[in-house]
Amino acid sequence: MNNDTWTLGGHEFHSRFILGSGKYSLNLIEAAVKDAGAEIITLAVRRANTREHENILDYIPDHVTLLPNTSGARTAEEAVRIARLARELGCGDFVKVEIMRDSKYLLPDNQETIRATEILAKEGFVVMPYMYPDLNVARDLVNAGAASVMPLASPIGSNKGLATKEFIQILIDEIDLPIIVDAGIGKPSQACEAMEMGAAAIMANTALATAGNLPLMASAFKDAIEAGRNAYLAGLGRVLTRGAAASDPLTGFLRD
Amino acid sequence: MENQFFVDSEYLSEKALEKKHKLETDPSSRTNHMEYMPGMEQIDSDICEKVMSQVASYDYQTYTEKDVKAALEHRTCSVEDFKALLSPAAEPFLEQMAERARWETSKHFGNTVYLFTPLYIANYCENYCVYCGFNCYNHINRMKLNMEQIEKEMKVIADSGMEEILILTGESRGKSGVDYIGEACKLAKKYFRMVGLEIYPVNSDEYRYLHECGADYVTVFQETYDTDKYETLHLMGHKRVWPYRFNAQERALMGGMRGVGFSALLGLSDFHKDALASALHVYYLQRKYPHAEMSLSCPRLRPIINNDKINPLDVHEKQLCQIICAYRIFLPYVGITVSSRESASFRNGIVKIAATKVSAGVSTGIGDHESKYSGKDDGTETGDEQFEINDGRSFETMYEDITEEGLQPVLNDYVYV
Repeated sequence: MNNDTWTLGGHEFHSRFILGSGKYSLNLIEAAVKDAGAEIITLAVRRANTREHENILDYIPDHVTLLPNTSGARTAEEAVRIARLARELGCGDFVKVEIMRDSKYLLPDNQETIRATEILAKEGFVVMPYMYPDLNVARDLVNAGAASVMPLASPIGSNKGLATKEFIQILIDEIDLPIIVDAGIGKPSQACEAMEMGAAAIMANTALATAGNLPLMASAFKDAIEAGRNAYLAGLGRVLTRGAAASDPLTGFLRD
Repeated sequence: MENQFFVDSEYLSEKALEKKHKLETDPSSRTNHMEYMPGMEQIDSDICEKVMSQVASYDYQTYTEKDVKAALEHRTCSVEDFKALLSPAAEPFLEQMAERARWETSKHFGNTVYLFTPLYIANYCENYCVYCGFNCYNHINRMKLNMEQIEKEMKVIADSGMEEILILTGESRGKSGVDYIGEACKLAKKYFRMVGLEIYPVNSDEYRYLHECGADYVTVFQETYDTDKYETLHLMGHKRVWPYRFNAQERALMGGMRGVGFSALLGLSDFHKDALASALHVYYLQRKYPHAEMSLSCPRLRPIINNDKINPLDVHEKQLCQIICAYRIFLPYVGITVSSRESASFRNGIVKIAATKVSAGVSTGIGDHESKYSGKDDGTETGDEQFEINDGRSFETMYEDITEEGLQPVLNDYVYV
C-alpha cells in the first residue's frame, strides 16, 4: 500500500472504496469487505435498528468504520433524529445524511440536507451529505460543516454510471472537501473514470449486489478504483480532439 | 362459471333471513353504493377520475405481440406498456417478463425479503360482503380481544422474532372503534418496530390519531374497482360505499401516515382491469404524494368457513405471476406483498422474481397465536378465521426457507420518526 491516504473526521483511510450493505445477504458482508479492501461500510440505521436474529452490526468486521445513513428521513428533523439513534446504537459519529421526499427515484432533497448537516455538525457528527451535484449547494454544505460531499452519479440503484459527470467535475474543481461519488455507479470502469477525474472515493452497493459473483465484483471495483486513483496522481496525458499535434511548435518562429 | 356466494345459516332468525334474501335478490333494497354516508369525509381529489378513465378505455384484447415486445424493450415502462404487459398477448412472454421483473427487483431491493405477520384483534363486522368469512350473516365464532389479550398475543409474536406487525379487525366501528384500535397500536409500538393497519376506512383526522398512536402504514383493499360488480358483492354496511374506500389511502397520507398499501381481490371481477386499476391507483397517488411509500398486494379469492367452494376463477397461478411481473416492471420502486393465501411453492418462486414482502406464522383467526406458536392450548376461546390460508409456515421455517433460496430475510427496515 502506498502513502496515498485521505482523512475524514480525524480518521485516516487508505481505501477509497466505500461499501454499501443493504442489498445483499449478511453472510457476504465479510467477504465483500475483504475483497473490496474497504475500510468504510454504510448501513441503514433503520435496518440496524433490529432486536436480534442476525443484526447486520454483527457481520461487520471490527476494523471497519461504520457509516450509518439516515435513509427513511423525509425532513432535516427526521434525519437528525435518525442520526442520534445511530449514535445511541453505538454506530459512532460518522453519519451519511440522506433525505428523500421522493420514494420513486430516491433523489436527495438538497435544501433539507443543508439544514440537517448544519445541525448535526454542531452536535459533533462527521457529516457526509448525499446530494444532487449543485455547486451552490455544495458550498452551503461546506459552510454548514460537512466533512465531505457525496454527489450522485445517477439515480440510486440504476447502475447508469456518471450521468452527472460535468457537474461532479465542477465540485471536484471548486470544493476543498473530499468529493465522494455515490449512487448510480454500475461498473468498475465508471468508478475508475470518476477516480481519474479526481474524486476522493467511490461508494457502491447495487452494482455489487446485482453481480453474479459479489466478492469477485468487489475485488474488481477495488482494482478499478486504485487504477483510477493512480491515473489521477500520475496526471492524465492530454487527449487530442482533432487531428494530430504538430511536432514543431506553431509559435516556434517567435524570436524575442 | 361464477362463484356461488350466498349461504344461509340455520342460526339466522326468519326476519334476518328475509332481509338477507331481499338484499341478495332485490337491488332496489340496497343503498346507492356511490353515495357517501353521513360522517364520511369527502376530500377534493382527482385521483379516482384519472384511474377510472384509463380503466374504462382499457381494451386488453387489442394489444398484440408487437406491443408486448416493445414494452419489454423500453427502458422505462409507460402506462401503455403496462397495459400491454397485462394483456393476454403477454402470456407467451411470461419468462421474459419474469427476467425483467427480477432485474428491476434486484436494482431496487437487492436480494432482501421482508417478513411480517398479521394480528387479527376482532372479527365483528357490520358489512355483508358475500365472499368474506367475517360477513355479518356468516355464522362464525365472533370475538374481540381486550387489551390484556392483545398484549399476550403480541408478546408471543414478538418472542418468535417478528418485528413488523399488521393489525387487522373486522369492519365494525361499533365493536372495534378507532379508540380501541388506537390503544392496540400503542401496545404494538412497545413490541414492534413497524405497525401497520388493515382496518375499515376512516377519516383523515382519525388516521392522524392512529398515526400518533404508533401506526405508520395503512392498507386498504378496494376488492374490485368495477363499481357495478362491487355493488353486487358488498350488499350492506359502510363498506358498500365504493368512493369512500377508494380515497382511503389518500386520507391516510393526509393524516400523516408514512405509507399506504393497495389491492384488488383477484377473482371477483375482470382481473385485467382490476390489476390495471390497482397499479394506476398507486401510480397517480405517488405523483401527488411523492414522499409516500407504496405497496401492492395480490390476493386471490379463497374458501371461507361455511363456503369451501369459493375460488379465484380464471386467475390461475400463471395469471397471478403475469400480474405481479407487470406490476414490478411498471412500478419498480413499490413493495409487493404475497400473502399466505398462496402456496409455499408459489411464494418461494415469486420472491425470487418480484415479491418483496411475505407473511409468516399467519393466523387469520382471533386470539389463537399462543396455541399456534407454542402448541399450548389452554382452552381459552378463539374467534374464527376470515379465510383459509394456504401457506402455514412458521416464522422460523419461512426464515430458513428464504435463506435457502439465496435471499436475505429482513425483519425491520424501518424507523418511526
